[in-house]
Formats: sequence, C-alpha cells, structure tokens
Amino acid sequence: MGFKKNLLLFAVVIFVFCLPIVVESSYYMSIFIVIGLYAIVAQGLGLLMGWAGQVSFGQAAFYGLGAYTAAILATRCQWPPLLCVFVAPLLPSVIAFIIGRPILKLRQHYLVLATLGFGIFVFVMLKDLGALTGGPSGLTGIPYLNIGSIIFMTDHQYFYLVWCALGLTLFCMANLTRSPIGRVFKAIHSSERAAEAVGIDTASLKLQAFVLSAFLAGLAGALYAFWVTFISPSPFGFTTSVEFALMVVVGGLGTLWGPVLGAAIIVGLTEFLRWAVPVALPHAGGEFEIIFFGIIFVLIMLFRPKGLLSIEKSSMAVNNPATLRSTDA
Amino acid sequence: MLKRSLLVLLCLVLTIALTGCGKAKTTTEPTAGESKEAYKIGAVVDISGPAASLGEPERNTLQMLVADLNAKGGIDGHPVDLIILDNKSNETEAVLAAKRLIDQDKVLAVIGCSQSSTSLAIVDTVTKSGVPTISMAASAKIVTAEDGKQQPWVFKTAQSDIVVANKIAKYLVGQGIKDVAFLSMNNAFGDSGLKNFEEAAAANGINILLKEKFEATDNDMTAQVTKVKASKAKATVVWAIPPSASILTKNFRSLGINMPLIHTHGIGNQTFIDIAGADANGVIAPMGKLVVAEQLADTDTQKQILLSYISNYQEKYGNRPSTFGGHGHDAFELAVKAIEQAGPDRAKIRDALEGITDFPGISGVFNLSVEDHNGLGEDSMVMIEIRDGKWHYLAD
Amino acid sequence: MLGTESQYMQYLFSGLTLGSIYALIALALVVTFNITGIFNLAIGEFVTIGALAAISLREVGCPNALAYTLAVIIAGLVGVLMERGTINPARKASVLTLIIITIGVSIALRGAALLIWGTHPYTLPAFVDAAPLSFLGAVLIPQSLFVLGLAVVAVALLFTFFDFTFAGKAVRAAMMNRTAARLVGINPARLSLFAFAFSGIIAALAGIFITPITTATYDMGFMLGLKGFVAAILGGVTNATGAIIGGVLLGVIEAFAAGTLPSGLKDAVAMVVMIVVLLTRPTGILGQR
Repeated sequence: MGFKKNLLLFAVVIFVFCLPIVVESSYYMSIFIVIGLYAIVAQGLGLLMGWAGQVSFGQAAFYGLGAYTAAILATRCQWPPLLCVFVAPLLPSVIAFIIGRPILKLRQHYLVLATLGFGIFVFVMLKDLGALTGGPSGLTGIPYLNIGSIIFMTDHQYFYLVWCALGLTLFCMANLTRSPIGRVFKAIHSSERAAEAVGIDTASLKLQAFVLSAFLAGLAGALYAFWVTFISPSPFGFTTSVEFALMVVVGGLGTLWGPVLGAAIIVGLTEFLRWAVPVALPHAGGEFEIIFFGIIFVLIMLFRPKGLLSIEKSSMAVNNPATLRSTDA
Repeated sequence: MLKRSLLVLLCLVLTIALTGCGKAKTTTEPTAGESKEAYKIGAVVDISGPAASLGEPERNTLQMLVADLNAKGGIDGHPVDLIILDNKSNETEAVLAAKRLIDQDKVLAVIGCSQSSTSLAIVDTVTKSGVPTISMAASAKIVTAEDGKQQPWVFKTAQSDIVVANKIAKYLVGQGIKDVAFLSMNNAFGDSGLKNFEEAAAANGINILLKEKFEATDNDMTAQVTKVKASKAKATVVWAIPPSASILTKNFRSLGINMPLIHTHGIGNQTFIDIAGADANGVIAPMGKLVVAEQLADTDTQKQILLSYISNYQEKYGNRPSTFGGHGHDAFELAVKAIEQAGPDRAKIRDALEGITDFPGISGVFNLSVEDHNGLGEDSMVMIEIRDGKWHYLAD
Repeated sequence: MLGTESQYMQYLFSGLTLGSIYALIALALVVTFNITGIFNLAIGEFVTIGALAAISLREVGCPNALAYTLAVIIAGLVGVLMERGTINPARKASVLTLIIITIGVSIALRGAALLIWGTHPYTLPAFVDAAPLSFLGAVLIPQSLFVLGLAVVAVALLFTFFDFTFAGKAVRAAMMNRTAARLVGINPARLSLFAFAFSGIIAALAGIFITPITTATYDMGFMLGLKGFVAAILGGVTNATGAIIGGVLLGVIEAFAAGTLPSGLKDAVAMVVMIVVLLTRPTGILGQR
C-alpha cells in the first residue's frame, strides 16, 4: 500500500509538472490556475470543516481581504509583488484571530449564519471604503508578480506558481493531520466534550484551524490579484463563500484530497456545462447551465451525502461530526 | 488513499478530456456547405447574474444581427460564426470565457463584457493575446490605461459616464439649479457615476448637498429619499437602472417631493416606465437617441438605423430594444466593419477599428481614433422627459 | 423640508413594511426548521415563484383573485416536490449535507425562473388604488397596510391552527420533541411535507403582497431569503412570535440605518446586529439565556 501510494503521488506530481508542457492553450492553463487557487482556499476550509468540525460560510471574505491587501500594497504603496504575496495573508489571519474566539463558540446553524454575516460585512466594507479599495469600480493597475527577474506573465508560468503553492499546502496539511495535533483534531471532531474531558483546549485548537484557513484563503486571494491584475468586490461575495463550502462538502469532509477534487469539480463542471449545454441543446441559453449546475449538486449530495471521496468508511465517516449531526430526521 | 488519489487523477484527466472535446467540436462545426471559411467572432456577455438585465438584450441583439448578416451572405461571402458565452456577471468566469474564445475558438475579435467590472477583468487577457476587443460597458477606465493612454486592444461602444455627467450638469445650470442631491446604486455603475458627476458638478459650480447609495437588490429606498426631502436640495440626480431606479421613483413620488427628478441613460428602456407607471411622468434624463428615434428630425444621420433596429428587434423579440441592446448592436457592427476592411487578421482589425469615423450607430456617431477608443461625444446624447408614459425629446 | 420627527416616523413606516415581509419569510423558515431540523435556503425562490407566477397568470387573463390563489398553490406544490424529491430521500444525512441540498435546489430554481421569466422586472397593480396616507408629516402607502395586515393575519391563523386544531397540536408536539411525537404516532414524514408546503405558501403570499411596492425579478428571492434568515436569528429560531418580532425589528433597523448613517452601510449594520445578537443572546432576543 505504502509503495503504491507513493507511486501514485509521484504520478500526480509528474502529471502536474508536465501539464503546461503538453497543454498549449492558456485557456486550459487558466482553468487549472483557478482550480489551484480554489483548492488552496478549500484546503483551509477543509481543515476547519472536516477536522475541527466548524463550518464557515464566509471564507470568500478572507479570500477577498488577501486579494485586496496584496493589491493595495502593490499599487498604492509600490511594494514588490512577491513581498505582498507573503504579507497579504497576515491581515485575514489577524482578523480571524480576533473574531474567531467569540464566533467559534457558536454551534451548527448559528455558526453558519455568523460567518455568513461576517462575509457580507466585509463585502460591504470593500465596497464602501472607496478611498482605499477603489469602491465598487475596483482596483486597476496591479503589476505582474515577479521573482527576481522572472516575471509571471503567462498562464503557463502562473500555473507552476499556483500549483507549487498548492503542493506546499497539501504537504503541510498531510503532515499536520498525521501529527499529534491532527489526532487531537480528530478527537474534537468525533466528540468535542470527550476531548475537553481529557484536557484538550478545544477552543484554542479550533481557533488555530480558523486562523490557518483564513491564512490560506488570503494567500489564494493574493495570488488571484496578481493573476487577473484587476480586482473588484464582486468575486468575493456570498456566492463565492457558498461555492467554497460546496467544494469541501462535495469532495468529502475530513479527507486530504477532497477539497482539491471539490475545486476541480466546481470549476470543471462550470466550464464543461459552458461547452456541453450549447452542444446538447443548441438554442438553450446560459439559463440551462445554472439549472444543471444546481441539479447535479443535489444529485451528488443525494447519492454521496458524505462527499465523493468517502468511498471507504473512515472512522470520520462513521462518527459523524458531533457539531454537524442531524438531531433526528 | 490509493483509490482517492486515483479519483483525483481521473478527475483532472477528465477535465482536460471534456474541455478538449469542446475544442474538437467547435472547430468542425461551421462552414458545412459554405464555400468560404467562416469568420469567428466571440462575445462574453453577462447573461445571468446581477447584470443580466444588461446582458440579455445584448445577447438577443447579437443573435439577431448575426442571423441577418449571414442571411445576407456574411462578410464578403464568409459566414460569421458568433460564439456567445455567459460569464454569469462574474469576473473570474469572464476571464476564463475570454481565454476560451481566444485560445480554443481562435476568434478574430471579442465583444464584451456588459459591465465595467467584467470588462476591466478581461483587459489584461485580451491585451496579452493581442485580440481586438469591444466592450459594451460605460467606465472610461476600460479603454484608458493607468498612464492616460488608450488601451491598445480595447474599444467600447457605451458613452462614457463623464459625457452623461456633463450633460446633466449643463442641464442643471440651464435651469438655474445649484444645489442637488445625488442618489446612486452601490455598484460599479453608480460608483463611476458618482465620481464623474462630482467632477462635472465642480466644473459647473453645482453643489452636491447629499450623496446616498442603495443596493441594486434593495426593495425600498424610502429612507434615502426621506433624507432628500429633509435637505435643501433643489433637484435630485439618480444614477441607477431598473428595477431599483423605478422603485426609487415610486418612493420619491409617494413622499410627495416637489423637485425635478433627473435620471440617467440607465433607465433607457420601456421597463422603467412600465414599472414606475404614472410616477415616471416628469422624469428627465440624458439618453441615447434610441428611445426617441421617431421624434428625431429626418435629417438626423442616426434616424434610419435606429428605426430599422427597433422594428427588427420588435419583430423578433416582441418588445422594444433597450439602450444596452444598442451597445451590443454597435459593438457587432463596428467589428464587422473592421473585419470587412482588414480581413481575418487580428492586428489589422485593430488598426481598422482605430480608423473608423462618421459611423452611425445606435448610441451615436462613432469617430474612433488612436487617442479615442470610444469615439462618442456629448452630441450622442439628448435630454428627454417622460410625459404621459412616453419619452419626449427635449430640444436643447 | 422635513422635521426630524417626521423623518423618523417615515423610517418607521418603511421599516415596518419591509419588516413584515422579512417576518413572513422568517416565519416560514422557523416553522420548517422546528418540524424538520432544516434551514431551507431555497425559501427565497418560493417568494420569487409566487410573485412571478401570479404575474404570468394575470397576463394570460386570470382574474386577480384566481391568479393569486393559483400562484400560491403552485409555490406550495414546488415546496412539496422539493421535499419529496430532495429532502425526504436525504433525511438521514447530516445537517450540513441538507443545507447544501437546499442550496442546490435554490440554484436550480433560480435558473428555471431565469429561463421562464428572463431578467425583465415585472410589477403587479396595488390592491386598492388610493392616495398615500399622511401621518405626522410622514407618508404611508396603502399597499403597506396590506403587507402589515398579511403578517398579522398569518400569525393569527397560525396560532389558531396550533392551539385549536388537532393537526396543529400534532405539529406543535413535533416541534417540541420530535422523538416523543413519533412515539405517540405522529408521522414525521408527513409533517415534513406539510412544513415545506406551508413555507411555500407563506413565502408566495409574501411575494405577491410586496410586488406592487417593490417589483419582481427572477433573483428577488435571494436577498429576501437571506434577510429572512437574519430575522429568524434575531427572533430566536425556535419561536414563531420571535420570528415576527425579529423580522419587523430587522426592517426598522435597516430603515433607520439607511436614514441616519451613510446609506451604503445599511447591510453591514444589519449583519453586525445579527452577529452581536448571536454572540450575546444565541437564542434570540426573546429566548431564555
């Protein structure tokens, strides 16, 4: 098993590495860039939802805060872009740290709504602090990212950058979940009370997971800003938050690869429908894409309620998260 | 673990395969039975999502025009294959859609997007790929780079907001009004309107006593309008599109406020009047000539093209086209004209676009040049007033 | 010019009108939540379907009363279909899965509304054609009275139903203790069906009553649904009276925020109030600590 697993991991790495060499189209590269960016956010959210058992419907706010911090530092303060990418995730992390302790005390739907409310609050602020953020019109003139003399201008270059960041995230996440802390998370996940009873400071650990998820969302946001070189508040709204949560749940809670798969499915499905609907129904408009998107989601959740990667019943799947369990139905 | 990584791998491969099919399909599709190779034009339109009320008439217009063009034999016998993609009013999707058109479909030119924000999002992409692009959105930033020069590859067909703002400011000066209240939608359209109106007001000695905002999805603006009622303003300027523009007008009338209510080109379709009903009467707005086409003098260079657009659209879709549809019309006609002159070469099409002058469109007479990628002046707009549920042309 | 009292009176009127709508949506949410344990994120789409179906039925020539009744029935049926098609099959799944399912349904319904009605905004005529009423310098439009009236009637009927009918008592029993209710022979599947039909009907009524004031578009339900949630939280999700108070309170807070602060911050104020309530009184303003 161990050997096979390593072999497969190796195959994935080779596949990702070779992709830009084989694929010429910057359209496909862009799809993979977006998948990579979303997967980084989803990894953080996956840690929070799957391991620490907390839900967030406001993750797009951290994604947006990262993007705006990077863009503002690069355009208004003329900081070098690379430095911005490293500094930008700090703001969302600090904000997560401040709001985390009170908010994470909430349970179930209350937590969903509190995070959702936070997301909308940040969205309104991005629109209203026009002097700093450019308001609803957005910020133009964001420079390209460069490391030394290499300028990340083409999508093929950017692909490597984003997927390296994703690879690093996955590596850390894999180590984290296998470490003692990972086991503690599992304990919180199966029963928070039991974990507390054996002396685990669950509140502090949940907070750490929340801060880490905000950091990763901020990192992805910063990378997004330097890729599109234009940002406005609209990609950081409630809908995006919901999409992030969808990615994690569809991929499979408490799995390492689930969030990556979820991100690939959401982005891939959108692009697939963009192509498939006009082919299947020549006179249909974009409306059908939306309808099918919704229906496919419902179907996935009906037939695989614990996500696509829940093939083998892990201990996680059996011990349904205490915080998310349906009381009765 | 094994199965999982396999699944991930499978999924990645599948994404490529699926989108790859798209490529194969679209390249084999056109030109069946035609003698000459089809010219491909792409369009990225905000057909669904918050900006759908802009994108839908644009999509309809584009579909109508391409059908007409092909019925007439296309461009020099080349049929035109127009590929319209929906970006769901989302910037990330707009970028992906634009790249798809450029890399997969190899289009000669791109039309899009409907909103300023989505248009700005694709500027970098089309510039890097060197594809002439015609936006249908208002913001002057779309065609103006940070250094003040025109974006080399990007053009636009909607009047810039500063043109509208100046028109309103001059009207106010003409009426002897100095103090106004300004209400705008809290999105890119309203924000750009606010910034440009502030500029125009300062230049014309007008004081903005009150600046209030409302969301595009708001159901009631009574609170904002109440502030206007409590202020010393002598006129109210509203920068919005229906339905919120209509709701606000109703709120304004129900509070019985007695001052001129000035809207913008954003209300330029019958929907505004249909929803606001009798409350719309008395509204004044600068607007493209589309809504008052029938009242124009016969000598007006745009009259004929306006009337034929209206009757064609009405015949096909059963309602009168909006000014947004007009932006789509102009974008398509400019692209076709440039391709006619330049042939299937992106760089030459760009150059041809810069050389188009005295071109009558729906939004005005276009005079494009190296220094001006919009090409519309204040004469492209007229002041109108709504009386008895009808648009009336106010001579200057 | 307008005096400060008149201004505040005006904010109160407009807050009460919108608040009544939020209250109705919150009511539908709370009843569904207590019977099934699910927060139905597709509730806003029921509002849309009710309003737009009524408009279409009027256009094909139905008299007003018939059009409105049919539209309400249609929305109720959509609720039933949603429950049978998606909620009932997944009743054993986790709450999170069920939330995601309702999101999926709302996306699909919104797409369907876009397909059927397009992006065009529509309107309905006011129920009576009368001049706005004036009170202390503030103005109240007659349709607002109908909206307020609907909220009052809906609550009155709901209480009558809960207190005086057998079915109502069964529902109330199930809301208090689902397991115990099942033990005494109350069928949870049928109750769940009832809950979704009921929320469809209430939401559609809300949509029809408010359309003369606000217009109707295919995506109108999204924000209304969200506001309904906030209202339900403010009032405490276990409590029908709380939902009504929460809704009205949210409407009034929004109107006063838009009136007294920079109006762009209105939605932020509503969210801050919600979060503060969640943190300090998680069971809502009416709930016990």
